[in-house]
Amino acid sequence: MGKYRVLPGPEAFLPPSAACAGIVLPDPGQGHINGEIVHEDVAMEEAAKQFLMAKVPTVFPGPLVLWNWNEKAAKKATAIKALYDELKSHNPGALLIPMPDYRPKYPKINPEVEINPNHPNLTIWHNKIDVCMFVGVHCHQANLSLKIIRGGTNCYTIAMCAQAGHEDAMLSFRDATPEKIWKFVEAVRKAKASGVYANPNGVTVSKA
Amino acid sequence: MGKEKIKICEEFYDIMPPEYRELVDSSTYGKEGRGWKDVGVAKELIEEHSLCAGCPESIAFRYVLACLPNPEDTVMVGSTGCTSLVFPHVAVHNIHSLFGNQNAVASGLKRALAHRFPGKVKDVVVLAGDGATVDIGLDMTLQSWFRQEKFLTICFDNELYANTGGQESGLMQKGFVSKMAPAGKKFDKVRLPEIAEESGCHYVATLTVSKPNRVEKAIRQGVLIAREVGPTYIQLYTPCILEIGKQAMEGLQEMRDSEGPNERFAFKEYISEEAKAYLASLEKEKKPAAIPTQG
Ligand SMILES: Cc1ncc(C[n+]2csc(CCOP(=O)(O)OP(=O)(O)O)c2C)c(N)n1
Ligand code: SF4
Ligand SMILES: [Mg+2]
Repeated sequence: MGKYRVLPGPEAFLPPSAACAGIVLPDPGQGHINGEIVHEDVAMEEAAKQFLMAKVPTVFPGPLVLWNWNEKAAKKATAIKALYDELKSHNPGALLIPMPDYRPKYPKINPEVEINPNHPNLTIWHNKIDVCMFVGVHCHQANLSLKIIRGGTNCYTIAMCAQAGHEDAMLSFRDATPEKIWKFVEAVRKAKASGVYANPNGVTVSKA
Repeated sequence: MGKEKIKICEEFYDIMPPEYRELVDSSTYGKEGRGWKDVGVAKELIEEHSLCAGCPESIAFRYVLACLPNPEDTVMVGSTGCTSLVFPHVAVHNIHSLFGNQNAVASGLKRALAHRFPGKVKDVVVLAGDGATVDIGLDMTLQSWFRQEKFLTICFDNELYANTGGQESGLMQKGFVSKMAPAGKKFDKVRLPEIAEESGCHYVATLTVSKPNRVEKAIRQGVLIAREVGPTYIQLYTPCILEIGKQAMEGLQEMRDSEGPNERFAFKEYISEEAKAYLASLEKEKKPAAIPTQG
């Protein structure tokens, strides 16, 4: 059997966790791309490229950054909003959809306004999201969601994790601080400025 | 305390679904004297429920949540049963425990919170069905009272195992026939309120949820006495209209019919001497200070 790669799905109804398939987490200063450990800067470049090439790049902020628990959360929120603004100015189709908490909701969530970890595929499908980033989602809920997304959709997943990273994402950072999120914003700006990535929706974006 | 705990980061306020913005803007966290009268006026701490239409457990839940004196610093412990379908929609921290273990989990939680947050008021409230409280969890229920664990235990007494289709419960009335107990119950309804009193509870109340004022007073006293004095127990009649063959609109009448002076849910309250003294001290604090004389 070849080495397992964490790739966009749909993989299977209940895919095994990437950890079970031998994928390991990056060490500090590193990230992973498709399960391959790389320098964090390489992961930043790749994530920026994925976002800029996406038709519907989407940021999913979770409870740890949506709610103003402390100063750090507020600082992260500012950086995440800046990231979204960068994406939106490149591609008007970019989305910012919250995961306010983890409660299952009946009869169902409104996939236009939120994402729920218990059935994240609904939001992905409804909005035709092809690249997304999780940030500020507690690890166990992020792992669950990332696995469901890989199982049932063809969305490329990025995790901006504040802890040790996520094997179940196609690309993952670790130890996310406000500074690291800003560093990623810079990576996106740099990639945009390179002019290599045209807006995939073909819409002319006026320079702000 | 209160609202400052649930602020949304400025950047994300406008993308938050409306129910969360309402929680921040108009719920009653931190409000002095919150109570059942806030229901329908302020944003409630229960979003939706998946109980049967007209189930009295739903209004009982809403009253309980509206009357907790300190919801932002309260952790509720639930157990399997119809109530466990509601907890996921509740904006109060809660733990789902293995069926019957709720009072054991709450004991550990209460002690851990005291260690983790010394000098801070953290309330623990158990809310479980009669099967969880009186049958499968009776050991845990009683042991927590014997040990004088400081939390409130609320039992939603619908006199059977509703969630699994109507099996006989210790709190079922003698002679009652249910779908899964066709021979009729052969023993008397367990007298848990009396047992609670004997087991060291400092406040015990038995009532239906037909009168919200009464429910409010009981819940407040149950939480406050548990916080300062010792274990408390409230048994609320929340009839399972599905299993007793009532329509959605008939739950309230069923409760009224069951709370007459000689009925099994006639209002009863026991307050220990220690708890009485504590309540009196609270009353005294509430009285306005004497008007200072000018001089
Ligand atoms: C350890 C364990 N034993 C048994 C069950 C099955 N079970 C689920 S709900 C239930 C009865 C619940 O009755 P009650 O506590 O009265 O709650 P109600 O549904 O009536 O509100 C039982 C026995 C379980 N989930 N877990
Ligand atoms: S089964 Fe009975 S107790 Fe459970 S939700 Fe329905 S009416 Fe309420
Ligand atoms: Mg019951």
